[in-house]
Amino acid sequence: MNIPTTYLLALSGVMFTLGVLGVLIRRNTIVIFMSIELMLNSANLAFISFARQFSELPGQVFVFFVIAVAAAEVAVGLALIVTIFKTRHSIDIDQINKLRG
Amino acid sequence: MSIDVIIFLGLAAVAIASAVSMLISRNAIYSAIFLVMNFITVAVLYLLLNAAFIALVQVTVYAGAIMVLFLFVIMLLGAEHVETSRKLPWQLPVALIFGLILVGEFGLMLYTRMDVLAESVQSVVEGFGSPASVGSELFRTYLIPFEITSVLLLVAMVGAIVLSRNERKESR
Repeated sequence: MNIPTTYLLALSGVMFTLGVLGVLIRRNTIVIFMSIELMLNSANLAFISFARQFSELPGQVFVFFVIAVAAAEVAVGLALIVTIFKTRHSIDIDQINKLRG
Repeated sequence: MSIDVIIFLGLAAVAIASAVSMLISRNAIYSAIFLVMNFITVAVLYLLLNAAFIALVQVTVYAGAIMVLFLFVIMLLGAEHVETSRKLPWQLPVALIFGLILVGEFGLMLYTRMDVLAESVQSVVEGFGSPASVGSELFRTYLIPFEITSVLLLVAMVGAIVLSRNERKESR
């Protein structure tokens, strides 16, 4: 497959920007969290593109680590969201403005 | 235009359309399903880019495990809809302007660095990115980071349990 690396990086950039827009615009904490996953995904795409461009396997190994860290992050983040929902009964990001429970 | 570029353009269109749909759908469950679609599209792209192992990890871990966790929490909390208490009317236009600036910077950087990437892709060796090659790289060169990752996953699991545990001790 001979897809130019520039095209892949452009797709990665557009997907990253969509993730940033999701974080900036949406009010639902879970959707904001999903936008962060979208940004991680676009960064992975850039890693894979460069790994193919330069025939370097460590690029793919790094994507594996990014996916593992993302899984850990999602587990802790969703537990935090559930805890916040228990005390404040809302996951609107505007309601979450205190560190105290 | 070669057949590869046509396939890429189709996949890119699906990926961007599903990402945009994730952003604008009101129901959080639809957002999660669109995100699964995006992840699977990117996994197909990984398959085309000589990264078979990462493509399978993407489907099982991302589109499988992580998104099921998201759907589970959305349905558990009943958080499909969040009533919008929009306090900042200028937030949406400012966010769009910032997004446009970011895309412009990406484009400018790609345009100025194009000569570095223009040289044709080196011919990949046989078995590049296959599960066997990635696994041997992982267990030879990156053994210590791999073990640290397993400890990290354990810590995350314990942390999630501690955070979501019922505080019964205080009432007793």
